[in-house]
Amino acid sequence: MKGFRYLKNVATLKLDQDACIGCGRCLEVCPHQVFSLAEKKASIRDLDACMECGACALNCPVKAIAVDAGVGCAEGLINEWLQERKLRTSGGGCCS
Amino acid sequence: MLGAWKVRWGMGRMNYMVPPGLYAINNPATTDPVVVTANYKMSYDIVRSALEGRNIWLLVLETYGINVWCAAGKGTFGTGELVRRVVSSRLAELVSHRRLLLPILGAPGVAAHEVARQTGFSVSYATIRAAELPAYLDNGMLTTPAMRELTFTFYERLVLIPVELVGALKSVAVIGVVCLLLSAVSGDPVAGMLAFCACLGAWLAGIVVGPLLLPWLPGRSFALKGAVIGLLWCGVFYLLAGGQAWSKWVIVAIILALPAVSAFYTLNFTGCSPYTSRSGVKKEMRIALPAMGVAILLGVVSVLVGRFL
Repeated sequence: MKGFRYLKNVATLKLDQDACIGCGRCLEVCPHQVFSLAEKKASIRDLDACMECGACALNCPVKAIAVDAGVGCAEGLINEWLQERKLRTSGGGCCS
Repeated sequence: MLGAWKVRWGMGRMNYMVPPGLYAINNPATTDPVVVTANYKMSYDIVRSALEGRNIWLLVLETYGINVWCAAGKGTFGTGELVRRVVSSRLAELVSHRRLLLPILGAPGVAAHEVARQTGFSVSYATIRAAELPAYLDNGMLTTPAMRELTFTFYERLVLIPVELVGALKSVAVIGVVCLLLSAVSGDPVAGMLAFCACLGAWLAGIVVGPLLLPWLPGRSFALKGAVIGLLWCGVFYLLAGGQAWSKWVIVAIILALPAVSAFYTLNFTGCSPYTSRSGVKKEMRIALPAMGVAILLGVVSVLVGRFL
């Protein structure tokens, strides 16, 4: 995204190029232009731009993409950690 | 307009919705396009006003009043709901084509190939912003690179701040009570008042100034950006509140604690940003949260040491 870059080398996005059929759906759904397509194969062009929204993985018809998608805000993560440690039972979370 | 303004300030935000289902905008024929959106009234209004003067079928999904992006993340703007609405609205009998136009930011919830398999309708992810739908339709339903490119402009950040402020009001009350207690314990109401102003400033710096100046603050980490703006606030507060008279212990306390407060709130703005990743926020938090805790603790210790030494 123009003018904004987030932390380097943290995104969990993985693409299995052998499984890729080159349909281009990942390029269509990615709002950060992470992928490129050449000779019927997608590739990861800009990993650090990935915000792990999971749109590409969900829309890949051959499941060639994997990413740890989920709540990504500080408040949501704090709640998640509290729940894992059984300090809070449920509820909370952001944009509930 | 008034409704949108109220919602931006967090008033009645959780039931600002329209009934889900199929809406005919103007006088759509069987060949006219089908646009899909969420039942958050603000989403619905923006889409409607963008499509004014056109004949469109508008399929509104039940997202319980949540916008497309957040609802897609939670799966309510999702494959299952879309398939249900296509079936229950009898869309296949009303239109002769088999194409649904979805917002690109709805893609994290919808598997296009699954929708096609279950309903026979193909999914096209049209644009990010509803305002670009007319251009998309006039462009032969082809997405240009600009329509696929996210932005996070000064104005787009500004409109998100009121609800963040309201959401964090509780913490101001906590700060107030703590400062009041400190004044009572130390028998120095002026110091308590000053401490409250210092914290309030750091709070505002982290919630308002940090997000507004986001692209111009140094570093990639939101916590770091927040700490920088908090440090700037320390300087401003020093000048405003007559810092020349403070002991070195108070100055150390301020430099430690205030940036930590600002950093926490700017870090929380990752929840509003459209480019931060879950793994990135996790990494930041693992480092920043303990650092903030230690900084605030040391700040308090420094004040106490200064008092009793």
